[in-house]
Amino acid sequence: MPWGEFKDTVAERRLFQRRAMVMLLLVFVLLGLLVARMYQLQVVEHDVYTTLSDKNRVQVQSVAPPRGLVYDRNDVLLAENRPVFSVTLVPERVGDMEQTLAKLQGMLSISEEDMERFHRRLLEPRRPFQELPLRYDLNEQEIARLAVHRHELPGVEVSAELVRYYPHSELTAHALGYVGRINRQELQRIDPVNYAGTNYIGKSGVERFYEELLHGRVGYQHVETNARGRTLRVLERENPVPGEDIRLHMDLRLQRLAHELLDGRRGAIIAIEPSTGGLLALASVPGFDANQFVTGIGVEAYRELSTSVDKPLFNRALRGQYPPGSTLKPMLAIAALDSDAVTRDKTIWDPGYYQLNSGGRRWRDWKRGGHGWVDLKEAVAESCDIYFYDAAVTMGVDTMHKYLSAFGFGEDATLDVAGALSGLLPSRDWKRAVHNEPWYPGDSVNLGIGQGFMLATPLQLATATSVIANRGNWAEPRLLKDIKGAESIDEVLPTGTHQSIELDNPDDWEFVVDTMAEVMHGSKGTARGAARGAPYRMAGKTGTAQVFSLAEDEEYEEEEIRERLRDHALFVGFAPVDDPQIAVAVIVENGGSGSGTAAPVARAIFDAWLLGFPGEGEAVVVGESGEASH
Amino acid sequence: MSAGSLFDQPVRHPLSGSRGIWSFLHIDPVLLVLLLALISGGLVVLYSGADANIAVVKAQGIRMGVALIVMFVFAQLDPAVFRRWSPWLYIAGVAGLAAVLLVGVGAKGAQRWLDIPGLPRFQPSELMKLVVPMMTAWYLSRHYLPPRARHVGVALLIVLLPMAMIILQPDLGTSLLVGSAGIFVVFFAGISWRLIGAFFAMVSVAAPLMWFFVLREYQKQRVLTLLDPQSDPLGAGWNIIQSKTAIGSGGMDGKGWLQGTQSHLEFLPESHTDFIVAVLAEEFGFVGMLVLLVLYLLIILRCLYIAATAQDSFSRLLAGALTMTFFIYVFVNVGMVSGLLPVVGVPLPLVSYGGTSGVTLMAAFGVLMSVHTHRRMIGA
Repeated sequence: MPWGEFKDTVAERRLFQRRAMVMLLLVFVLLGLLVARMYQLQVVEHDVYTTLSDKNRVQVQSVAPPRGLVYDRNDVLLAENRPVFSVTLVPERVGDMEQTLAKLQGMLSISEEDMERFHRRLLEPRRPFQELPLRYDLNEQEIARLAVHRHELPGVEVSAELVRYYPHSELTAHALGYVGRINRQELQRIDPVNYAGTNYIGKSGVERFYEELLHGRVGYQHVETNARGRTLRVLERENPVPGEDIRLHMDLRLQRLAHELLDGRRGAIIAIEPSTGGLLALASVPGFDANQFVTGIGVEAYRELSTSVDKPLFNRALRGQYPPGSTLKPMLAIAALDSDAVTRDKTIWDPGYYQLNSGGRRWRDWKRGGHGWVDLKEAVAESCDIYFYDAAVTMGVDTMHKYLSAFGFGEDATLDVAGALSGLLPSRDWKRAVHNEPWYPGDSVNLGIGQGFMLATPLQLATATSVIANRGNWAEPRLLKDIKGAESIDEVLPTGTHQSIELDNPDDWEFVVDTMAEVMHGSKGTARGAARGAPYRMAGKTGTAQVFSLAEDEEYEEEEIRERLRDHALFVGFAPVDDPQIAVAVIVENGGSGSGTAAPVARAIFDAWLLGFPGEGEAVVVGESGEASH
Repeated sequence: MSAGSLFDQPVRHPLSGSRGIWSFLHIDPVLLVLLLALISGGLVVLYSGADANIAVVKAQGIRMGVALIVMFVFAQLDPAVFRRWSPWLYIAGVAGLAAVLLVGVGAKGAQRWLDIPGLPRFQPSELMKLVVPMMTAWYLSRHYLPPRARHVGVALLIVLLPMAMIILQPDLGTSLLVGSAGIFVVFFAGISWRLIGAFFAMVSVAAPLMWFFVLREYQKQRVLTLLDPQSDPLGAGWNIIQSKTAIGSGGMDGKGWLQGTQSHLEFLPESHTDFIVAVLAEEFGFVGMLVLLVLYLLIILRCLYIAATAQDSFSRLLAGALTMTFFIYVFVNVGMVSGLLPVVGVPLPLVSYGGTSGVTLMAAFGVLMSVHTHRRMIGA
């Protein structure tokens, strides 16, 4: 074998060295290639890759502004923001959705309803990389459990967000409204930039009307995220501008009292400060807990609320349209006096019924046998229907329409009460348009006692009463008292457009107010029982709204009519007479008579406002007057 | 030949001068310093690549310590020992590969490990990186060089047999490294340029055949992804896009140690193993890459010098082939991370975390030191 010495070692070494030179050349060429490649990536295309690298890690997130708080007039918090931890998923980052949900189900209790809602939201159009909530209000244990398993769950985050909370929701839901998740229609209406980080929007009430004010302006933050989308640190932040804190005219104590007074019944109480139009109380009973609407109410709970016979979701104060009945008489008295249909001294004979022409239809008085001879004052105090049938026919529909319009009937006269309805103030044109019939004198007769076509909301009755209390001066009802910041409310509160009602003889105001005081304090006043022993003078008017009408000669047997078919009890009034501090409208559905049921409620409201609220724990007792007067 | 004169050095007495102690220890101080510089620099980058996990650095430090000992042991053995043992090692290696295919254990769909009770787990394919060039050098150095076509044919068979067995595991990266180690021996032996031309012609014919009959789906995917990473940016293309982004965003002088966003925010996959060079490029920039490549170049130059001054053909061929294999590691790894080559599982030598490749590489440097320090007195 030719090992070592026997071979031509020098030649072989030379051969090797030549080959080594070739390899060395190859090494230089290939290393040069690598250097060139690095130069290309790191120097020539550096900017491109820097951009890619930043795009990888830096994301712009919007920061939702904290929603403005809502206080009552005594700075009691009515709407606040509560941190709520919820588990959210970013579908774009979740690998296997079904598997992830199954894993989460093992860690948290997720109700079928939550699951169903999540799947529904998954199908709805949304912003890319938007977090979809799966379950709200995690407790600490659940948060800890999620934190432990975080690495197994890409795209799953525990997010803390401020969620609206109404500490007195059962009392305030109808006035304040509530916020809820932004839905599809709202998504098209809102400014997508300002709402980029916001999940909630005002759905009703104050929350809806002052949405812009309460919402604030969105902020931004640049955050560094890792490959799995986890936020690691905030690089840059532009803080959001929080929503304004606002104060309402509402007094929570009065609101609570209103709910206690109507406890177990259905009805509404509106209290207005006549000088400002501020709504001191706006209660619709029963109320409901709006907090469950904030994060999305379950189907079952919603069905229960919406199908309840008590209709807790129905805002009777703003949207309940009732025949005003006799509570319309003070306004009609103003109309009749100013239009010279009656004089202060005009008397008529009340035989217990009214006929347009002898032998025709008889319109009954509430009092069988009639009131005998009555003048205007007695007609209001005793609520004589015949007097007002006569006055109404004398005035005619056009005159009544003109004056009742001036009192705000037939329109939404509020400044900032979202969702208030306008009732129905009939006119010739209206009847022609809707019923394709002319206006008959009989229609005027009905309108004379607030029946027939006429409908009004409790809020409208309170408003008109407040105008009388103000002796014709208008102060449109409003909820917003002031803004806690420096901003003036003039920019956000619409200005009222109503003219003061000017009478030929301004003394007529005092006269009509006097007739209303007679209702309370007169020896024959229908609500004299409710005013007994009051250290101040008040003015008022009782009323009854028929739930269904009786034929002219049918007997009215209260006991025989099932509770739900009983008349609605109404009362409007204000106090004190000479310096009105508060005007109210009370409706107690199926309450029977205004004097027996509604008037004592108003008296309790007056007493609380003028004399002081009953102490804590003191039961509110409303004297149920036995007198079944009108 | 003027080209060869570069390597003509006067042969010194092994125990003379300041080099005496190193010759006695059979260590080449120049190569040792370069390797230590590379290893320690690698640990610094690894600390960042492993997201400041000191445990990873410790484990790698221990592994490198073991590798240095292995290098020292190999350096003590005379090249003649390697030569004598070559055929037996080769037979044992092929048997090991056969055993892997039959009873091997593995992970990720490949069988690479041999689990013999009482012995640590090891990869016979890793061993073949040393044994195949030894065997080829043994065979070719038995004949006059340049080799005849017949001998080239036998040498190629020696190379192809283990290569094929490793491909079957399947482990394309190691197979290519083992194969190139053997081919380099054939090249250094002085195979004629005509045969080299014929070889490349054969490869160009074999490549399409390989594509259809040998390459697995995931391997084809890697090639396709290289050609157009954007075709699957979140899947197979992700690695290449992210590593190029890491390298490119490093710029001239880098983002700074531990400041690389691509690696620390987990955008860069395998940031402490195969893709660690992207961490270095991102944090130390073009300057850092130049330093690394120059360090590798110096090691290769030193090793080629050792090969060129070796005393016998076996040592020369073996030393040359091991040097070029080391270079192939560097080129393939940096090339794939920077998007020049398809992604094959080749680590950055002596820097990437884990694997047995560190030990094998240091064993190869032990062989090189052995070649350099075991010199017979001839012509003196």
